[in-house]
Amino acid sequence: MIAHASWHVATVSATRPETPNARRIILDIADWPGNAAGQHVDIRLTGEDGYQASRSYSIGSSGDAPSIELAVDRVATGEVSPFLVDDLMVGDQLEVRGPLGGWFVWKPDASHRPVQLIAGGSGVVPLAAIVRAHRAAADVTPIRLLYAVRTPDDVFFREELEQAAGDTGSSGVRVDYVFSRRAPDGASRPAGRLTRELLGELVLPPEQNPLVYVCGSTPFVERVLGWLQELGHEVDDVRAERFGGS
Amino acid sequence: MNGKVQFGSVVREGGTDMALITRGFGNRGHGRDTRLPPGQTQVEDWPVLTAGATPQVAQDIWEFTVTAEGGKTTRWDWDSFRALGLEDFTVDIHCVTHWSRLGMSWRGVPLDKVFEHVDTSYDYVMAHSYGGYTTNVPLDELLDGKAWIAFEADGKPLEAEHGGPARLVVPHLYFWKSAKWVNGLEMIPRNRPGFWEERGYSLHGDPWNEERYS
Repeated sequence: MIAHASWHVATVSATRPETPNARRIILDIADWPGNAAGQHVDIRLTGEDGYQASRSYSIGSSGDAPSIELAVDRVATGEVSPFLVDDLMVGDQLEVRGPLGGWFVWKPDASHRPVQLIAGGSGVVPLAAIVRAHRAAADVTPIRLLYAVRTPDDVFFREELEQAAGDTGSSGVRVDYVFSRRAPDGASRPAGRLTRELLGELVLPPEQNPLVYVCGSTPFVERVLGWLQELGHEVDDVRAERFGGS
Repeated sequence: MNGKVQFGSVVREGGTDMALITRGFGNRGHGRDTRLPPGQTQVEDWPVLTAGATPQVAQDIWEFTVTAEGGKTTRWDWDSFRALGLEDFTVDIHCVTHWSRLGMSWRGVPLDKVFEHVDTSYDYVMAHSYGGYTTNVPLDELLDGKAWIAFEADGKPLEAEHGGPARLVVPHLYFWKSAKWVNGLEMIPRNRPGFWEERGYSLHGDPWNEERYS
């Protein structure tokens, strides 16, 4: 018998703007069993008329607390994300199933195998959870994050990533941004899409035997996976999570 | 909650389920039938789309297997599989070629009943069919009343052209995931593409996110 995750009632305890187009949503879930960094949930919404819609969202937090953080990007043509970003209020309740996924996860362990995270847009959410878990555990595993994002205004988890990047100690994280549309003033690179050459410069080389996590839209992930293979990374060393509709 | 949140009883596909009502959600469609995902048009007939020839599979040779880690296989024949528990369910189906049929009635065995007899820690499933068709689905999208092995549609035994004698029905994904002539599920540790997914279609296929192509 499979023990699969069950539905929980979640209450919105706080929200705040994540970017001009996205919102952080903190959900209190009394019977939440806790989750590992990188896992996701299904959100189910039911209208007064019985109409239901479910969507999957990566969790931006981890640990045993009876609470999870989501960062939801508004998909203009969607019917769930505009509701979550624009209409949901503190105190509202919705249904959450999870935690889901046992593969795209990271936990501190004694091996301290180097980790390379590669995010495309809102695909940074589960990777931010990994960065935060690493920091919360004061873990010394070398972690590097490559974050491909449209503009500086579109960066998710800005404070958390700045803190991790600003830590020059052994539990710090190196964060490299690749801005596709607009780079900040004084940036070392002009805005431009991620290329294979840039990827090769900004990710840990295969010789360091990193475990690589890639998360983003399907086209982004497919491109990056191809380049990683060309750069000499083994398929078994790369874990990928794809988003649709973003 | 200021009295704005209430519990309601909602009939879900395949059975009853208590669902929590979320304040302010619903009526998202602005006049369009809210059951239609973006880019879909409602049809009343049932188009046939198949990659190849139509296999003819008799009930007395039909069998269904689930293969888990290490090749451990659970096997059913026609009668023993149906004895797992048939139920009626009404769902909307959405084909990637932009047609949807709403409120379609089916009869089949929910995969929850099947997986009560399967021990696996793998998260993904490759469905296999007579004729060699394959399609991939995450396991958690087949459980909790989300998927069935169906034997009847519209009150009649499933015709061969629509996948009879038995097809997978995963209505929340585009219909190519609902493998016709299904005869087995292979548990796999990591997601990998099936027949259409190798040919440019989305690995996942959520019609509400218009996950049509990779």
